[in-house]
Amino acid sequence: MDLNFSETDHAFAKEVRDLIEQHITPRMQRAQALTPSVFSDPEIVAPWQKALASRGWIAPGWPKEYGGTGWTPAQRWIFEVECVRAGAPAISPMGIKMVGPVIIGFGTPEQKNYYLPRILSGEDRWCQGYSEPGSGSDLSSLKTRAVRNGDHYIVNGTKIWTTHAHHANRMFALVRTSDEPRQQDGISFILIDMTSPGITIRPILTIGGDHEVNQVFFDEVRVPVSDRVGEEGKGWTYGKYLLEFERGGGIASPRLRQALNTVRLLAESDASGRAIDDPDLALRLSEVEIDIDTLEMTELRVLSALQTGQNPGAVSSILKLRVSEIHQAVTRLGFEVVGNDGLAVEPGRPLYAQNQTRDLPDAARTAVPRHLNGRAYTIFGGTSEVQRDIIAKLMLGL
Amino acid sequence: MDLTLNDEQRLLRDSAGQFVTRTYTADFRRQMASEPLGFRANTWQQFADLGWLALPIEQRYGGLDAGAIEVGILMEAIGRGLAPEPYVATVVLGAALVAALGREEQKQETLPMVANGTLRLAFAHSERAARCDLARVDTTARPTADGWRIDGDKIAVLDATAADRLIVSARVTSGNGKPGPLALFVIPRDANGMKLDDFARLGGGRAANIRFDGVQVTRDARLGDDTDALPAIEAVVDRALAALGAEAVGMMQVLLDKTLEYTRIRKQFGRPLAANQIVRHRLTDMSIQCDEARSMALRSALHADSEAFERSRAASGAKAKIGKCARFVAEQAVQLHGAMGVTEELEIGLYFKRLLAFETLFGSTSHHYRRHATLSVAGHA
Repeated sequence: MDLNFSETDHAFAKEVRDLIEQHITPRMQRAQALTPSVFSDPEIVAPWQKALASRGWIAPGWPKEYGGTGWTPAQRWIFEVECVRAGAPAISPMGIKMVGPVIIGFGTPEQKNYYLPRILSGEDRWCQGYSEPGSGSDLSSLKTRAVRNGDHYIVNGTKIWTTHAHHANRMFALVRTSDEPRQQDGISFILIDMTSPGITIRPILTIGGDHEVNQVFFDEVRVPVSDRVGEEGKGWTYGKYLLEFERGGGIASPRLRQALNTVRLLAESDASGRAIDDPDLALRLSEVEIDIDTLEMTELRVLSALQTGQNPGAVSSILKLRVSEIHQAVTRLGFEVVGNDGLAVEPGRPLYAQNQTRDLPDAARTAVPRHLNGRAYTIFGGTSEVQRDIIAKLMLGL
Repeated sequence: MDLTLNDEQRLLRDSAGQFVTRTYTADFRRQMASEPLGFRANTWQQFADLGWLALPIEQRYGGLDAGAIEVGILMEAIGRGLAPEPYVATVVLGAALVAALGREEQKQETLPMVANGTLRLAFAHSERAARCDLARVDTTARPTADGWRIDGDKIAVLDATAADRLIVSARVTSGNGKPGPLALFVIPRDANGMKLDDFARLGGGRAANIRFDGVQVTRDARLGDDTDALPAIEAVVDRALAALGAEAVGMMQVLLDKTLEYTRIRKQFGRPLAANQIVRHRLTDMSIQCDEARSMALRSALHADSEAFERSRAASGAKAKIGKCARFVAEQAVQLHGAMGVTEELEIGLYFKRLLAFETLFGSTSHHYRRHATLSVAGHA
């Protein structure tokens, strides 16, 4: 048992840095630093995603036969750490980390052949059709209906909180295909072409000032039956399987550590009037850093124990809970450190494309929107309360 | 990078777990509480026979050359069983101080006896005025014609009465009263001029306050040479924090398991306590905090031999985080057991008490948050 990296690992880290050197531009780094929302704009991410795809490094979590990297846990860790250190934009998880594993696990050979390469290349941009206005935490009460009509389903209803629906050409969705006594039954997992007739998108602005999520309406939208993943009526099982990948089993602590370091540097600078000189603030920075150390160890433990492609199970709920709470703690400190400069609202988006009118470092400009958008972390992907229910049931057997 | 246990470590975990389950019953713990030393010599001999006393000692001194990870595995089992043997005093502190600071002949003389169970040690360092400050030592060591004269008061010396020798910290003080470096002295427990006030320790085991009144020791009683002992003390205490953290994890796990069991069985309003969401979420938080404590105990063990800055930050981070988690788990275990939780009829309170001992030993939770912050700010400057 050790934290040390081998010669091979160090050589690999060098390879990662070389690729970063070739493809991560200062403009990309700046755009990422000035992104206060959860996801980065596809415009920023696309060139990096393409570079990773052509190198075969886009899907570390996938089995090798489907285009995974076959990396050891140490290599997966190094890759993530190097990317974060370089300020590389975050790849959208919705194709690679979310729908990908479901198609691999439950899709037909035709679905795998068609969709997986398009996920890897970034040609398809995915969004998630789970929540509905009437179905939040009680997700399986969803009402969007898909009625079988020959070789198609006719879909009617609405999905909400759909991140990047306005950038996506594909949606994976949970829809009701029949009414059963148990509401979890009768749900199917389907793949919807977002360019289909009958789909409209309403943007929703979040309190941080960003347009990231949407409401999507379906009016007589035709979806081929061949785009249903797995069995009809078993969608809840696949949907939950996907949520385990969404919630955890990933590597979040390096990005949290970087976010905290950004806050710490701001606190140490004159731009914040040296907020760090407040010993109480210094103490709380340490408190959050220690929480990140803890999360990092837990992630490394989980990573060490998991085989590639294996689903993380209920521990993903623990990771989701902690990642979201720590993210909020970091952004809360960011708000405190930026002080009264946080009162200046910058309504234009994207921030990196705005003319800068005030002499503030990037970290100060994003501190407040980050803090505000950060409140969503303990809500999306299953609220903290839902995660606790899952842990109680699956890990504690209650 | 690999955080899974190897075969030897798994074997140690399993054998320690079995020994603890077999030996440390509630009845056994009650018997030990009335033993004069808080434990029995034959159990100590079993520790030696199982190789546990030799675990972190170097092979050339009769040890097994194991590291902080292995000590952590054993300490977690000790925590589960609330084993009262003086493992921390003798091995984690005593032997480690000798190994870190001792001259070659001191190591050769002392360490093999610790490893085979024939010599027990205790570390007399803490003083009332020092609170959490390891560097604050008012006990003095004044040079005499043929050695040193030790004067001062130590408190809460873990398992002092069970020890054959004490390792005593004192400030070297010259004739004009000018304070010099810290030094450690190995003093037989029955030396003249020492007064031990022995008492039962919170959560099991024993400790003593000790007055040193003109205790005369020879020149070679000083551990090591005349360099300042503080860096070595800090290193040993940082490693001890990792070991104590692992012990706390074992205790926390027992409290969680017992509370899960109780809330499933205990019925009120016609249903088990655990059927209530507020209770289930509390149990979930206890379980998460147990797991977080486990991560941090492991992290501090993995950094036990890192350079001082990282080692100290890891040790303080672990002590603070585990302290915070332990407090939550222990308080909630009592709470969810209801009135029974505050009686001596269950052992919930005993685990609570030993976790309180963990919290206060070698610096409080807030002390270690502060130490981490001070180191971090200085490290960035």
